[in-house]
Amino acid sequence: MSKELEYLSRKVVRGLMDRRAFMGRAAALGAGATMATGLLGKAAMAAGAMKGGTLKAGMQGGESTNSLDPATWASDVPIAFGRTWGEPLVEVSPNGDLDFRIAESVEPSADARTWVFRIRDGVEFHNGKTVTAEDVVATLQRHSDENSKSGALGIVKGIADMKADGNNVVLTLDSANADLPYLMADYHLMIQPGGGMDAPDAGIGTGAYKIAENQPGVRHAGERFANYWDADNRGHADSVEITVINDATARLAALQSGQVHMINRVEPKVVRLVKRIPGVSVKNVSGRGHYVFIAHVNTPPFDNRDLMMALKLAMNRQEMVDKILQGYGSVGNDFPINAAYPLFPEDIPQRQYDPEKAAFHYKKSGHSGSVLLRTSDVAFPGAVDAAQLYQQQAKAAGIEVEVKREPGDGYWSEVWNVKPFCTSYWSGRPVQDQMYSTAYLSNADWNDTRFLRPDFDKIIIAARAELDPARRKDLYRQAALMVRDEGGAIIPMFNDFIDAVSDKVGGWVADPSGGMMHNKALIKTWLEA
Amino acid sequence: MGPLVILVARRIALGLLLLLAVSVLIFIGTQILPGDVAQSILGQSATPTALANLRRDLGLDDPAWLRYFRWLFGVLTGDLGQSLANGQDIATEIGHRLGNTLFLAFWAAVVAVPLAILLGLVAVRFRNRWPDKLISGVTLASISLPEFFIGYVLIFLFGVKLQLFPSVATVHDGMSLLEKLNAIALPVAVLTLVVLAHMMRMTRAAILNVMQSAYIETAELKGLSAFKVIFRHAFPNAISPIVNVVMINLAYLVVGVVVVEVIFVYPGMGQYLVDHVAKRDVPVVQATGLIFAAVYIVLNLVADVVAIVSNPRLRHPK
Repeated sequence: MSKELEYLSRKVVRGLMDRRAFMGRAAALGAGATMATGLLGKAAMAAGAMKGGTLKAGMQGGESTNSLDPATWASDVPIAFGRTWGEPLVEVSPNGDLDFRIAESVEPSADARTWVFRIRDGVEFHNGKTVTAEDVVATLQRHSDENSKSGALGIVKGIADMKADGNNVVLTLDSANADLPYLMADYHLMIQPGGGMDAPDAGIGTGAYKIAENQPGVRHAGERFANYWDADNRGHADSVEITVINDATARLAALQSGQVHMINRVEPKVVRLVKRIPGVSVKNVSGRGHYVFIAHVNTPPFDNRDLMMALKLAMNRQEMVDKILQGYGSVGNDFPINAAYPLFPEDIPQRQYDPEKAAFHYKKSGHSGSVLLRTSDVAFPGAVDAAQLYQQQAKAAGIEVEVKREPGDGYWSEVWNVKPFCTSYWSGRPVQDQMYSTAYLSNADWNDTRFLRPDFDKIIIAARAELDPARRKDLYRQAALMVRDEGGAIIPMFNDFIDAVSDKVGGWVADPSGGMMHNKALIKTWLEA
Repeated sequence: MGPLVILVARRIALGLLLLLAVSVLIFIGTQILPGDVAQSILGQSATPTALANLRRDLGLDDPAWLRYFRWLFGVLTGDLGQSLANGQDIATEIGHRLGNTLFLAFWAAVVAVPLAILLGLVAVRFRNRWPDKLISGVTLASISLPEFFIGYVLIFLFGVKLQLFPSVATVHDGMSLLEKLNAIALPVAVLTLVVLAHMMRMTRAAILNVMQSAYIETAELKGLSAFKVIFRHAFPNAISPIVNVVMINLAYLVVGVVVVEVIFVYPGMGQYLVDHVAKRDVPVVQATGLIFAAVYIVLNLVADVVAIVSNPRLRHPK
């Protein structure tokens, strides 16, 4: 085994190199994939998660209205705190595999309609009870009840029947879904004793930390749970703390002065400065989240395909990435999927900025006058700037875009999904099906482009039931092309998640599913002595 | 002391009446906030039945006056209701936050008020000479800068560069008093800088006004030292305007510090109110609004009473 490989694997473990880059280097050095993976696992153990200390995070995304009820979670702080005390059946690992938590394994039936999850033996709740299949079923039932107001309702409502069978949980679906295990990784679906029916916000789960303090919008703290089942791999620090710091400057100051070990949401425009701070490193990872200009394709003038195409061709994506994301992101291609997803159709040509062609389509559309684009600072960081930049880019194609700035308060209820053309964002989903089902199916909860196409729905539903990856990939390719060429989403960019972490933290592995290692940093990293 | 008691009682009664009027205004204000409460609780995907059920549970179908009296009765019996956003008891939650806010305001006042008055006295003693100009210049500069700017400058200097004080002022129950005081050092400094100028200038102006009087000249002719003249003879007669401005600033320290709370991550009332307004959490908004109004009214009441007590002419009206 070469010294270089060893060195590289340690680099991965310390988070200085991502896994994909490592595998690439390993291949270049002539090591097989199996050997390389084995090496990585060894290094992770050798670097030896150090035990002890108090790991502290300063995070944006917490409000005093937050609750411990997982059904209500929507922002980063309750989710990150939730991951310290609760666990779902499965999680999605940074490289996109299933990471089994409460479930030990999962088996589909041949038609992908019935799924059997085997519940791990001897997993204990913080109240001393052992997790049973009944607890799991009750949890899922609670989230499928409309009165629970669960954010996971859309995910679990496709389950026609759920029952406990000894140590197994058997889920029968309305229609086949090959991605079901990935859906169970949703952060709302933390397994609670008795499903949390009696006390949804009791904060009792199976996670590595017990709740020591819960002050919504201020501070959350946990201390290590002595009987945690996976103590070798998670929960290294004795205690963990999240301080809610919604002000970006204050967050950075807290990291610099050593009051916290990690912060989320570093603004792209300050990344260059943060990199110069001694003892701090910037962790950015390209994820599945994207910024989007949304047009309702069933509403004039956006129901005109030529106008829609003109608007798409008038977007200079590279300039958006350079100026709005300061390079911390990648260009979008007008469908909501990028290479971070499994089964990504990589052969779809990238749409380029082409003012002449845009002008051609614009003329053909017969549209006259300006196009009204609504935007607000809350749509995404830099959304107002992005709208104005787009205005200039479209001008070169002879398209007049009128930018209207809307108040941030009420933007998500009065403008987004209501007005025909506005700026918005989507955080990614673990699999393609979930992204399309959430926002592009005719009956999707948030079909914000009003993309009502039975032929498209048919492709997505067929792909959902398809267990053969090659055929599935082809179906997703067709779906992507339809959204790209006929849909109402102009997707200029996929944004990076940017965190900043103290050098005292070990075990950081960037996760494309979200910032702060998909909010698992507190349970997966440790403090180096 | 008979007439004085009556006077104070009348003031208190007026204050209560004012508070009642404010409660009506707050209630009306929250009713005309755009957006339906049930809708904002249940979100966009709510079914009409669920909406109707929730409206009934919250009593939103009743006429507004009935809801007002129900709310008022609850407040009078100490029941502020439950937060719509997370179902917590508002009184307990606010108690915590109000305690923090008062803690910060108290220590800021302990530093700022004596300092402002002392600086005012010094400024009068050396009026139009360099100490006066220096004091005025510095305090006016600090009041002219936005508080977030002062906050960031102090964080940069004392939190990040010198690392003398923490930049995050989050206090919690597990901390000793000394730890808490250390945590709030920087926000207290910012608040002091912000309120200093107003009180200092008022002290200076009020005393200078009195200094024109004939009896001050007499005191000077008796050969008293300049500082003694100011402190013993001029100051008592300047108390009432000074108390007024001190009270206004104290009220500001309680109700107006949301920016400082955000920058220093201090868990006070301001941030709490803002979070709940964003969620259309009407009961919390009503409760905090009422508390803020009560703080203003009580402090102004205190100012009035002190002014009356300190002024024989008001104490014994003809």
